[in-house]
Amino acid sequence: MDYISRYLAWLGDGIRDWLLNADDTGHKFALMLVAIILFVVVMGAVLLAVDRPKRVPRWLVTVGFVGPALLMLTFGLVYPGLRTLWASLFDRRGQNFIGLDNYILAFTQSEFQIVLRNTALWVIVVPIAATLIGLVYAVLVDRTRFERVAKTLVFLPMAISMVGASIIWKFVYDYRAVLRNSEGDLIAQQIGLINQLLVWAGLEPQQFLLNTPFNTFFLIAVMVWIQAGFAMTVLSAAIKAIPDDIVEAATLDGLSGAKMFRYITIPSVRPALVVVVTTIAMGTLKVFDIVRTMTGGNFQTSVVANEFYRQSFVQQNAGLGAALAVILFVLVIPLVIYNIRQLRISEEIR
Amino acid sequence: MHSNTRRRYAAVAGGLGLALALAACMPADDEPGGTGTDGDGDGGMEVAEGCEAYEVYGDLSGTTVTLYTSIVAPEDQPHIDSYKPFEDCTGATVEYEGSKEFEAQLPVRVQAGNPPDLAYIPQPGLLQTLVRDFDAVVPAPEGVESNVDEFYTASWKEYGSVDGTFYAAPLGANVKSFVWYSPEMFASAGYEIPTTWQEMLDLSDAIAAEGSKPWCAGIGSGDATGWPATDWLEDVMLRTAGPDVYDQWLNHEIPFNDPQVAEALAAVGSILKNPEYVNGGFGDVSSIATTEFQAGGLPILDGNCWMHRQASFYQANWPEGTEVGPDGDVFAFYLPGETADDRPLLGGGEFVAAFADRPEVAAFQAFLASPEWANAKAEVTSAGWVTANNGLDPSLLKSPVDQLSFQLLADPDAEFRFDASDLMPSAVGAGSFWTEMTNWIATDKPDAEVLDAIEASWP
Repeated sequence: MDYISRYLAWLGDGIRDWLLNADDTGHKFALMLVAIILFVVVMGAVLLAVDRPKRVPRWLVTVGFVGPALLMLTFGLVYPGLRTLWASLFDRRGQNFIGLDNYILAFTQSEFQIVLRNTALWVIVVPIAATLIGLVYAVLVDRTRFERVAKTLVFLPMAISMVGASIIWKFVYDYRAVLRNSEGDLIAQQIGLINQLLVWAGLEPQQFLLNTPFNTFFLIAVMVWIQAGFAMTVLSAAIKAIPDDIVEAATLDGLSGAKMFRYITIPSVRPALVVVVTTIAMGTLKVFDIVRTMTGGNFQTSVVANEFYRQSFVQQNAGLGAALAVILFVLVIPLVIYNIRQLRISEEIR
Repeated sequence: MHSNTRRRYAAVAGGLGLALALAACMPADDEPGGTGTDGDGDGGMEVAEGCEAYEVYGDLSGTTVTLYTSIVAPEDQPHIDSYKPFEDCTGATVEYEGSKEFEAQLPVRVQAGNPPDLAYIPQPGLLQTLVRDFDAVVPAPEGVESNVDEFYTASWKEYGSVDGTFYAAPLGANVKSFVWYSPEMFASAGYEIPTTWQEMLDLSDAIAAEGSKPWCAGIGSGDATGWPATDWLEDVMLRTAGPDVYDQWLNHEIPFNDPQVAEALAAVGSILKNPEYVNGGFGDVSSIATTEFQAGGLPILDGNCWMHRQASFYQANWPEGTEVGPDGDVFAFYLPGETADDRPLLGGGEFVAAFADRPEVAAFQAFLASPEWANAKAEVTSAGWVTANNGLDPSLLKSPVDQLSFQLLADPDAEFRFDASDLMPSAVGAGSFWTEMTNWIATDKPDAEVLDAIEASWP
């Protein structure tokens, strides 16, 4: 409310008070009416201007259409972005300017280096693994009898929320030590699927979420499990869009099996592949839910997004939190640029 | 508005003599418990039966107080029910909102200019942040302060103060210096409850010699994983180094890697990282890190574990049907000091901070610091709640652990100290202290490296 009253200071105390503090129902209705009238006036002006293109200069129409979107982008994206950038140069309370110290800390302290290392692992492994699995799966089930069922099975994890998937996998990885009481009976049964399989195979159960650095890969597996369905769906559509005459011509030239895959399928679905890889990579950079739900960032599994949240909202270190957010932002930029350029290239081809 | 409140309390003070005189004639069925704010504030106003103690707050009809807490279902219902006498007598409405993301969301709401009227703050460290960094908390009104002066010890008032100004009255409390055990197992094995630290270690050795693991623990708690281990270190610090050094430690007057802290950590390690002692019912030492704290003591019920150090609020985690009491399935004993006369007590609690200075907010805040509220809360709570408000009638507490907790909290010989991690800056108390203690157990990080890392993170 403080911010709002500051912005409305030019109105004068009486009017501002009337606008901000509605106490009874009548007053609230009156306020609603004022808001509706304002809306109608603004929209009417816009519609009128649009309706008379000949009398209104072209730039005004452009502003009328692009303006609102630009305005919202400015206040919703650019302004907070710049503020975050600015805040990252200040200390934990946002009071003293400390230059690049937050960044130096993030890149030099060993616990943050582990965070950056983990993020790098995620961004490299998840897109490649998910796309590869999705692509191979799409090719294998293409035009088979059970294609629909097979596709649905892989796509289903996409419908589960990240937190839901994390909880499911937490159970899958659950660990119970093999303990016997004085009579030699087992104290606890395994309740984790994988550890039960290990025990049946005569092996020791493992602490999957505890032992570094493998625990990060067990978390990554969850993300791959979710994203492979997305990759498979997009790539399967792209494969189906390969014109039959190309495939026939290649068959006549003697291509088949692996060679067909290498020389015909891959080049044909290349634009789709790029979109899939970059989209998954961007989603992976922002991964937060899986880490927070499964390990809380403990046991050296934290990633930048999780650490950014912890610093900003748990440890109240606004400066370092902002710096981590900026690092994340900088990491996403090349992916976005690459994605857009590829999109443009494929549009030119069309 | 503030001067208005002040005038009202001045009237209270004046009316106190009259009230005391009247008290003699009052029916005894609803004893108001001798509150300091009890008085005939509004002169000849007619008062509903049972509302005498609330008269001081005046008529608050049509007003609303919003309340934001970290207490969610099912524990929130007894809280909501405990406001009923206040609402019935004053006509005010209390809007309760609980959130599991309370600690993260409260600063966000304050910064956004949308704070609640009142918030239950579980960490004095968060209170300090809100006062120093955001300048958002309203100093406690006189009604609150006089209640706290009368019904709480000075140290509790101190924990609700920042830089010499008193802001927040204590609300609930818990005792952390407890060891849960099975009275029946102890009796059939012929073990006595240890009264000194050494006796407890001897008992642990005796149990281990029988081929059984004496201790069990679990420190998993989502992104707060590690806090039960910090409690362990704090409890032992109070015993090996003493309350004065403990205060220096949490105020960073001695470094976090001071030899006295190292000594305490080694003492904790001799139990928590001793493969002979832990982790009963769960596995090896590292299984402490992956065991959720709620499950940490449950092996006691199956006879796979003998002792579990955890706070009074752990009683909520025993499965339904478990009898808690000195002759029941489980009970708790006081974590002994170096000697039997050494009685440091580690605990925690919530504080009520105000972000608005409207009269109804001040009135409700004063009510929450009064024995009327404490007794109303005790009446509607089944088990697992206690307060340091010495106006509480202990017979209203329904669980023997709550009664024992209250007895310890009210014991003038017990040196009470607040959970240090809640008082340290959040970069340590909600950050490196948790994560490093987790590493200490999960990856067997050496004592010195753990303490050095926490020291390095102190802002």
